[in-house]
Amino acid sequence: MIPEPSTLAVAVFLSFVAVTLALSFYLGRKTRSAASYYTAGGGVPWFVNGVAFAGDYLSAASFLGICGMIAFFGYDGFLYSIGFLAGWVVALLVIAEPLKRLGKYTFADALDKAFNSRGIKLAAAISTLVVSVFYLIPQMVGAGVLIRPLLGFPHWAGVCIVGAVVTLIVATAGMASTTWVQFIKGGLLVIFAAGLTVLILQRGFKADASAESLKPQTVTIRPDGTKLVNGLPQGKGEGETDLRPVGHISKLPHGASETGPLNPVEFLGTLRDSEVVLWTAQTVTAKDGTKTTTYTPKPTSGADVLRPGNSPTYTGIQGDSIPAKLNFVSLMLALFCGTASLPHILIRYYTVKDAAAARKSTVVGIATIGGFYILTLFLGLGAMTGGNLDVTNSNMAAPLLAKSFGTLPFALISAVAFTTVLGTVSGLIVAASGAIVHDLLGGTLKMTLTDSAKVRIGKLSSVGVGLIAVLLGIVFEKMNVNFLVGWAFSIAASANLPALVMLLFWKRTTANGIIASIVVGMLTSLAWILLSGDTFRDVYGMAPEQSPVPFSQPGIVTIPLSFAVLVGVSLVGKKKAT
Amino acid sequence: MPALDHAPLPEEPRDPGTERRNARVGLILFAVYSSFYAAFVLVNAFAPSIMDTVLPGELNVAVVAGFLLILGAAVLAVVYARLCRKPQGGGV
Repeated sequence: MIPEPSTLAVAVFLSFVAVTLALSFYLGRKTRSAASYYTAGGGVPWFVNGVAFAGDYLSAASFLGICGMIAFFGYDGFLYSIGFLAGWVVALLVIAEPLKRLGKYTFADALDKAFNSRGIKLAAAISTLVVSVFYLIPQMVGAGVLIRPLLGFPHWAGVCIVGAVVTLIVATAGMASTTWVQFIKGGLLVIFAAGLTVLILQRGFKADASAESLKPQTVTIRPDGTKLVNGLPQGKGEGETDLRPVGHISKLPHGASETGPLNPVEFLGTLRDSEVVLWTAQTVTAKDGTKTTTYTPKPTSGADVLRPGNSPTYTGIQGDSIPAKLNFVSLMLALFCGTASLPHILIRYYTVKDAAAARKSTVVGIATIGGFYILTLFLGLGAMTGGNLDVTNSNMAAPLLAKSFGTLPFALISAVAFTTVLGTVSGLIVAASGAIVHDLLGGTLKMTLTDSAKVRIGKLSSVGVGLIAVLLGIVFEKMNVNFLVGWAFSIAASANLPALVMLLFWKRTTANGIIASIVVGMLTSLAWILLSGDTFRDVYGMAPEQSPVPFSQPGIVTIPLSFAVLVGVSLVGKKKAT
Repeated sequence: MPALDHAPLPEEPRDPGTERRNARVGLILFAVYSSFYAAFVLVNAFAPSIMDTVLPGELNVAVVAGFLLILGAAVLAVVYARLCRKPQGGGV
């Protein structure tokens, strides 16, 4: 669909970004030491830190990816909400308190406290960098998605803008500004999502059984790059056409034409008894290289929409295929174990004063994030039935849903979502630059750096990591951001969690055990992902059947493997933890 | 705003007894939650038809179980924070 930018949307959006930058510069002036750059000096109040957890975590993936997946496939997207939140239970109950006691600046500090091993610092720093970069990709893709309908810029421009703004934020400020900005945005995102949910429930459902709404649509891309929609050039002028917005209910219970306002239970109950039009996509490439994608409407019962197994990721669980079922279990395991292993979440434990404050801020984080995730089901289903979906891009569902209520909600939601992307990216870049300066240069290479040199090199590394993220954000434009986040979680859970858990709870853990576990967890999960059927299909454009691995999600194999390697190497090795 | 004062903080006092106790509470609650989560995932994978069952009040098992897992995490977090103690005694 061709975006239609509005002046109001642009004005609201620019004001948000301007306030964010002003706040960052103001707070950044006070950042002088390395402690304040990387951990805000450990002096952030627990409530602020808790909501900032939500700001960090409720990223492009949560807002755009989950809503998009629910809007296109129903309940399957909500499974991500459940898995993402369950991961916080691991973070709170197992990791938060002991980690706070062990660490200083980074995840590597915590792992290395008992051993003082350069190998641990190196392995942990590399895994932090890899996970941060993988987690940055969906954020950058999300930024591009938001910019397009809002400002009318192409995807790459959105990615470059977010890259530039974030690098500016991080290079000028550090953890203090990131935390306060995240606090404000995390809070606003939840409040606005709640407002949008109220609007959805107030609107209720309308049935549309017109023949027009059930016509298939095609997008043809010729070898010279020109695009045809339904056989005509894409555009708004004469002789041109654009894709029809989709997403509606074809039949309501008892033949009703509309429901009027509904409460949350009635909303879900009515949807279950209705028939919704979902869309399937099939792409055919002709001999001359012309690619035609046909989008076909598929009337689906509401009961099917509200059960798992409609999306390509989870489709196997309704059948008998064991690999497909293991793929699902594997992803849910990675989501469960991944949160507590994400570097930008881990460093947030160092921004509060003590273990009790770490605990309390996690409780606030869970409550805020949990509240938001419950709303995602209503937002996604509201987008599915709100008549304003872009059939070609699931990531656009949430902003377009807001647009169906008017320009102002659209501008507000997009601006908050965009600034949330900014914040998440800032947090990730601070974590990555901390790994470079503190763990690689200081820990592994034993370089003696002055405090100001640490901050200066940190800021330079931020610019480097920012550039890499921009490039990857452009390359991965078409992939559902949620799916990309699943990758980051799998790598984080395989590389970091076994080392963290065993260090905290198994006294015979050795330095070599930790190093081996991080390296094996990271490499095997990365290799598995790169060889998976999903990657063959979506990234290399090859047949998924050619993939050498039996299912796409690595967690169920690589997480236990990483634990086993740690135990094996520790038992064989001589050096015991002190 | 206290958060903007970047003076370094003193190290937290250690209290191994309380730390062990808090860790035990955390692990017990973790075992409870992870059992429910594992049951949810396994039922979805190996007996998905159970998720279709409609419960009294119009909602199906899939939706209700999802909401309960999310709300349950928040409740558990509050319970944990109430049960944990600060070093050298005293509730949080």
